[in-house]
Amino acid sequence: MLAEYLPLLLLFIIAFGFVAVSLAASSFLGPKNPNPTKRAAYESGIIPGDETDPRLGRFSVKFYLVAMLFIIFDIEAIFLHPWATVLRDLGWFAFWSMAIFVALLFESYYYILRRGGLEWE
Amino acid sequence: MAAVYPLIFAALLFSVGVYGLLSRRHAVLVLMSIELMLAAVTVNLVTFWAIAGDALLTGQVFALFVMAIGAAEIGVGLAIIMLIYRNRASVNIDDADLMKY
Amino acid sequence: MPVIPLTAQVQWSIPDIPWGAISPELVLFGTGILVLLLETAGPHRLRASALAFLAAAGGAAAGYGLTGEVTWPALLALAGLAQLALTATWRERPRVLSALLSALGIVATLGVVAWQWQTLAGGELLATQSGLADMVAVDGVALFTRVTVLLAALVSIPLGWSYLETRRIHRAEYYPLLLFAAVGMNLLASSQDLLMVFISLEVLSLALYILTGFAKRDLTSQEGALKYFLLGAFSSAILLYGIALSYGIAGTTNIPAVGAAVAAADTPAALAVIAMALLIVGFAFKTALVPFHMWTPDVYQGAPTPVTGFMAAATKAAAFAAFLRIFVGAMGASQWSWIPALWTLAAITMLVGAVLAVVQDDLKRMLGYSAVAHAGYAAIGLIAATREGVSGTLFYLLVYAVMSVGAFGVLSMLERRQRRAVSISDLAGFGKRFPVPAGMLSLFLLSLAGIPGTAGFMGKLAVFRAGVFAGQWVLVVIAVLSSMIAAFFYIRVIRAMFMDDEPDDLETFELEPTPGLSAGLAASAAIIVVLGVWPTVVIDLAEQAAAFAG
Repeated sequence: MLAEYLPLLLLFIIAFGFVAVSLAASSFLGPKNPNPTKRAAYESGIIPGDETDPRLGRFSVKFYLVAMLFIIFDIEAIFLHPWATVLRDLGWFAFWSMAIFVALLFESYYYILRRGGLEWE
Repeated sequence: MAAVYPLIFAALLFSVGVYGLLSRRHAVLVLMSIELMLAAVTVNLVTFWAIAGDALLTGQVFALFVMAIGAAEIGVGLAIIMLIYRNRASVNIDDADLMKY
Repeated sequence: MPVIPLTAQVQWSIPDIPWGAISPELVLFGTGILVLLLETAGPHRLRASALAFLAAAGGAAAGYGLTGEVTWPALLALAGLAQLALTATWRERPRVLSALLSALGIVATLGVVAWQWQTLAGGELLATQSGLADMVAVDGVALFTRVTVLLAALVSIPLGWSYLETRRIHRAEYYPLLLFAAVGMNLLASSQDLLMVFISLEVLSLALYILTGFAKRDLTSQEGALKYFLLGAFSSAILLYGIALSYGIAGTTNIPAVGAAVAAADTPAALAVIAMALLIVGFAFKTALVPFHMWTPDVYQGAPTPVTGFMAAATKAAAFAAFLRIFVGAMGASQWSWIPALWTLAAITMLVGAVLAVVQDDLKRMLGYSAVAHAGYAAIGLIAATREGVSGTLFYLLVYAVMSVGAFGVLSMLERRQRRAVSISDLAGFGKRFPVPAGMLSLFLLSLAGIPGTAGFMGKLAVFRAGVFAGQWVLVVIAVLSSMIAAFFYIRVIRAMFMDDEPDDLETFELEPTPGLSAGLAASAAIIVVLGVWPTVVIDLAEQAAAFAG
């Protein structure tokens, strides 16, 4: 039993070592003379630059707002999947539980709508 | 034992998240690092569920909650970042230094 | 590796939901949703309110028809009627309406908690039935902490009202967010399952992140919110990793079962220690123990002042309740492994918090560091890991909640006139000009310092006594040392208020406390004095409360 978990201890050492070594190595060993070729695209094709320079941000901030709202409502639907698999066993109880959940979700949707969160401008 | 591999994978993923969190200055990338850490935990939970095989499916249920709450967290985080961006036109977390010791 | 049948032959059945056990959260959450709904309804407020009343009446009728109970359906219908009446009265002034309804909701929740306490004292443990897999425990620790949290939230309503009003950042979201944070805290205090711990921790944190950034145009407030969010999310992830490993050890997330599994002989010690360490780090972040306190001063300084008071008081209480439940309650058998770690953290916390507070000039920041030191004192009861220790910590957290809400409340009043950070030199002559608020602030500061005759002294006495009885006298000596350092900077503020002369170029200003603000501060001050002179009743209650559901 103990031997089975020993790798876990090892991997913790490896994991924390990885963080420490990467941080140290990149600051000490890393060459600090960027040139155009080196700065070519990486990171899923997004052209790098000073990552904090707002002029290089291609996405309007409004994009983040809409994306954020989409993600929240999208992910909350995750609870529908397990619910659907047991709906038949649990019957009306499950139905009303989900009805309350969805009602609460709609309440927040209504709130966003009233607050103008879905207007682009 | 096969279950060790997902656990190692999860630990590495978690470390990558920690690394990103400590080294990135763009607030949105820091958010993504936090998501990586949560994803690592999800892998862990599902793996442990597969080992223990408990009938209540705790690991799986927990994983769902981690995803849902992670999304809510990102929502709040992005809202805060947008607030800061509107006022300073910068999302560099090193710029947030109005308060010092 | 065993093969798990995915379409398991598990017979799914309807979980048995302990409605009585989660009734405080339900009341609070319902009030929060209602306030939010009325806020969004705009001019159609009355119509929304009527709709809510119909829903309440329908729920009451259905409840009566299904269960035959009379008491709670009647109360539900009455609550619906009360909100309808309030809405009709205040429909032209939505902020007043939100504040009143929220206060009403919190008072109702306190009533529900009192009822739970009654049932508990009568011997019927409302707690952890099966069904929901023992998610929620209603035991003494949970109930006592709930009272602490609810009191802090109740006082924060009038404090927030006048602060937001004069800074012209009054938006009605303040009240639902406060209520949702209180829901998370209540739930955290009674979580009997690590899944519940995580969910409630996130519910309270998400609400607090937004409250911290509530002063939208204020750069320090935004910055505080960003720092709180980043470090809070980081600590949640660490805690979550610890929870996942605990689940790996125990095969369940039920807290007592995890404790038993950790102590079991065949559990790999390395894994157990790592899981425990991650849990400790996660909770140390939330309770602001050094070295995981970096966010505290910045966030406390940046957040709107009433929010700071609430955050300092109530979050600490709820997080310590969960801390106590997991470590003292469930992992008591493996004390040898976590007591040394926490001992070290607490010792550094008390010293660092007190020393760094001395060098601060901004009052809010100073109180932020003092909050760090106070987390260290509260941890003594946790480290004692005895019944006295638990009751000491519970009592201490109640006292600290009142002191901190009061002190930040007076500060919020001052800040309104200055419209910027209050430093110690700003307070020169304050005592001569406004003796009553200055006297109150002095009382809260003296209590924070632990001067005999105030509640702070009794609180410290309770935890220190528990520490000595548990043999942790070195820690208690460190705590006394830290208190002595801390007394210095509290008294420095009082001296500035009463001894120093007013600066000549002082702008003329008036303090205009609203009735609610005065009432909240007066009540806090009264509690401090009463508990300082005659604490027996509450200490007895804390001793009764120092038990965990099995």
